[in-house]
Amino acid sequence: MEVLDIARWQFGIITVYHFLFVPITIGLTAIVAAFETIWVVKKDPAYLRLTKFFGKLLLINFAIGVVTGIVQEFQFGMNWSDYSRFVGDVFGAPLAIEGLLAFFLESTFLGLWIFGWDKLPRALHAGCMWIVHIGTLFSSWFILAANSWMQHPVGHTYNPETGRAELTDFWAVMFNKVQLVAFPHVITAAYMTGGAFVLGVSAWLYLRRRTNDEDRGLYRKAIRIGAAVTLVAGLGVAITGDLQGKVMTEVQPMKMAAAEGLYETSESCAPFSVFTVGTPDGKEEKFAVTVPCLLSFLGTGTFDGKVEGINPLREKYADTYGTDPGAEYFHPTDYVPVIPVTYWSFRFMIGLGVLAAFGAALILWATRGDRRPTQRWWGWIALAIPVVTVLGSSFGWIFTEMGRQPWVVYGLMTTENAVSPGVSVGEALTSVITLTLLYAALAVVEFGLLARYIRKGAEPFVEPPDPSREQDSEDAPMTFAY
Amino acid sequence: MELTTVWFILIAVLWIGYFTLEGFDFGVGMLLPVLSRNETERRVLINTIGPVWDGNEVWLLVAGGATFAAFPEWYATLFSGFYLPLLLILVALILRGLAFEYRHKREESHWKANWDKAIFFGSLVPAFLWGVAFANIVRGVPIDADFEYTGTLFTLLNPHALLGGVVTLLLFLTHGAFFIALKTVGDIRHRARTLGIRTGLGAAVAAVAFLAWTQAETGNGRSLAAFAAAAVLLLGALATAARGREGWAFTGTFAAIGLAVTGLFLALFPAVMPSSTDAAFSLTTTNASATSYTLEVMSWVALAFTPLVIGYQAWSYWVFRKRIGTQHIPVEVAVPELAAEQG
Ligand code: HDD
Ligand code: HEM
Ligand code: HEM
Repeated sequence: MEVLDIARWQFGIITVYHFLFVPITIGLTAIVAAFETIWVVKKDPAYLRLTKFFGKLLLINFAIGVVTGIVQEFQFGMNWSDYSRFVGDVFGAPLAIEGLLAFFLESTFLGLWIFGWDKLPRALHAGCMWIVHIGTLFSSWFILAANSWMQHPVGHTYNPETGRAELTDFWAVMFNKVQLVAFPHVITAAYMTGGAFVLGVSAWLYLRRRTNDEDRGLYRKAIRIGAAVTLVAGLGVAITGDLQGKVMTEVQPMKMAAAEGLYETSESCAPFSVFTVGTPDGKEEKFAVTVPCLLSFLGTGTFDGKVEGINPLREKYADTYGTDPGAEYFHPTDYVPVIPVTYWSFRFMIGLGVLAAFGAALILWATRGDRRPTQRWWGWIALAIPVVTVLGSSFGWIFTEMGRQPWVVYGLMTTENAVSPGVSVGEALTSVITLTLLYAALAVVEFGLLARYIRKGAEPFVEPPDPSREQDSEDAPMTFAY
Repeated sequence: MELTTVWFILIAVLWIGYFTLEGFDFGVGMLLPVLSRNETERRVLINTIGPVWDGNEVWLLVAGGATFAAFPEWYATLFSGFYLPLLLILVALILRGLAFEYRHKREESHWKANWDKAIFFGSLVPAFLWGVAFANIVRGVPIDADFEYTGTLFTLLNPHALLGGVVTLLLFLTHGAFFIALKTVGDIRHRARTLGIRTGLGAAVAAVAFLAWTQAETGNGRSLAAFAAAAVLLLGALATAARGREGWAFTGTFAAIGLAVTGLFLALFPAVMPSSTDAAFSLTTTNASATSYTLEVMSWVALAFTPLVIGYQAWSYWVFRKRIGTQHIPVEVAVPELAAEQG
């Protein structure tokens, strides 16, 4: 085993894991902030109960997002030092700005929110959660700008003297056309995940026998809000995803060809296979369900658009990037990503997302008017929706990142050349094993805690202290303490 | 002044921010089993840093990110070279961060005891290893012509660096003790102050030895001034602590840590990672830096946002300025339902 393989496995595991929690945080901070705002404005106790309940779950989730994020930032230097040298001039800036603009904002205002119930005026307290949410959006913006640059490097020149990519236009990197479609796609997917989380948790509490009628009303409200968010955001995800497909076909045609396993160019009306039985490399197709012309539409926006195939693209890439093994940053790999991975991850992303949106619509329908359904079937659907959305996002990323292979920075640097030359197999193995075992243990702890706090349900309403009034005594206990 | 120098200074400032702020968090974490006599006291200690520890840790993330952006070569050599110690730091920071958030989420005493261990070791390990890492950076490590680190883990564990680790550990202990003395009321406050003076004496001895050693190996006039001022301030902190002036004592350790780190960076400049293999292979502010365009962009961003960040971080410290004592810790309500469920 080479350091390269280990480093790739580590990056995949560590990043997918980080991104299990991140979309929940992004979505849930907005929803909790909205709950609290409604409470402050309308003084409806139900919304304070929801704020506190989902706030607790948010904090459990947030903690994991934070600590796994630290690893993300370190591992570029640890495992990918040649990458860091090559791209640091361009890629480092968004990362540093993310810390300065986003992480400080998130952590400081979250601390104020957690401990500030008896110290801040109510509107300001709710404002703190909005600021945390804005922090998560900044965070996503800058990290996605960095990622989009890897998908479509702009605003830089290659300097042969220093042997690295150098920034020439910061704004081009910030407003990369890939970034402009990736950001709304990721954010709507995150809202979808947040909504699905609220929906699933509330449905479980709603259906369980122990819940009393008043609480059932509360959870029903949350179910409908969660389902509405999931559905609306789901539509946004589909629209932005469609836009992303067009941009991707333009800047990384190989990725679109790989998404379909399309070997030969299709001059017009390329079909999209919903699934294929047999080998998805197209050589031994046994059975396939296809939608005519859909691939052309996804890639070009018209049903008779031309979609290039893997074989001609491979030759084209070889012409452009060369086949000379000696070239420093350009290796003559065959420029084709692993087709089964791209093929299935693309389908799972879309399929799971569509399923989730469909499920949310079903639940809105089942609870329409003031219907209070009691059948179990929709409970199972509601519980599946959050799982399905989280998986959908993961597959989306796996598709994006694996579909870019063999490049780490498209057209500029291959993954093979990015790895740290000085790191030994032993070191890299120690790292991936330690982190994977640690993360697995943390997952058990985290899910245990989440389950526990979900089971507790929303606490009864208690009027929070009014900080504008002088505290009764210097010795009054804190409203919240660790 | 050249932009590369500006960014050298800014990165020094970020590390100073990190060590002075998370330094006392580490101190509080290491003192958790030492200073507390019961669960309520442990909660008092944890709550002194509860709202702020995450914000303090972000100084590290920004220092790392800024190094990546401003001196990519430095970031690449340092992070791939100091691989295993950094991995250990990561594990420690992960466990410690989760411990703060998760410890109070269940009532069982074994649950809390396990997270207490995580807080203790999660604070101790980085408090020690950061000292080892910085001592090594300043004294120089084997780096070849490609700017690759060629040593092993054991290269990093030399006596000079280990002494550096002891110094940061003792300094952070003292800093944390004075922070607790400043932030608590009652018995614990007095115990913290007394303990801080004791560990402070140890820290002073170790620090003077370490700084003198460093000064002798790589120092210059400016670093000598900073080291001397740091030593004086540390002794001043201990003297004011002995007279019950906790605010001054904490300010003293704060400034002493800040100046000691300043001294290390002054000893380093204009190198950022000297090579012990051949001086020609040293990474410097010029050969490790990003382009001037990147530095310019980053300078504008830093200029616009750093004051804002410092402003709201200071405000959050102001919001949580009240001292905490055992009487402020709310009683934990056991959930009878759940207890019954678990039988
Ligand atoms: C629940 C989440 C979710 C759902 C339902 C969808 N996506 Fe997606 N998709 C993502 C979550 C996601 C993601 C995880 O957020 C990705 C990974 C990188 C990115 O920018 O977004 C992504 C990437 C991604 C890409 C790759 C872009 C690139 O590599 O340059 C394309 C073309 C699409 N999506 C298209 C779609 C279409 C046409 C969808 C449905 C109709 C769709 N996605 C639903
Ligand atoms: C937006 C910030 C991101 C950046 C800057 C980024 C960058 C990278 C880098 C440097 C690699 C390693 C080189 C390579 O193997 O190509 C990589 C690979 C990978 N990333 Fe991302 N990534 C980001 C987001 C994500 C997310 C959110 C996920 C998943 C949820 C993800 C999934 C993966 C996977 C699975 C690989 C392994 C691909 C392979 O090695 O074949 N990435 N990415
Ligand atoms: C490989 C790239 C990535 C790096 C280097 C990275 C880095 C980090 C770091 C250091 C933190 C902890 C911040 C703290 O201490 O408060 C963090 C948390 C976070 N990251 Fe990532 N991250 C990456 C991928 C992503 C992606 C792709 C997104 C979103 C699109 C994202 C969004 C967030 C958000 C919203 C948080 C804060 C909320 C939470 O902790 O759950 N990150 N990340």
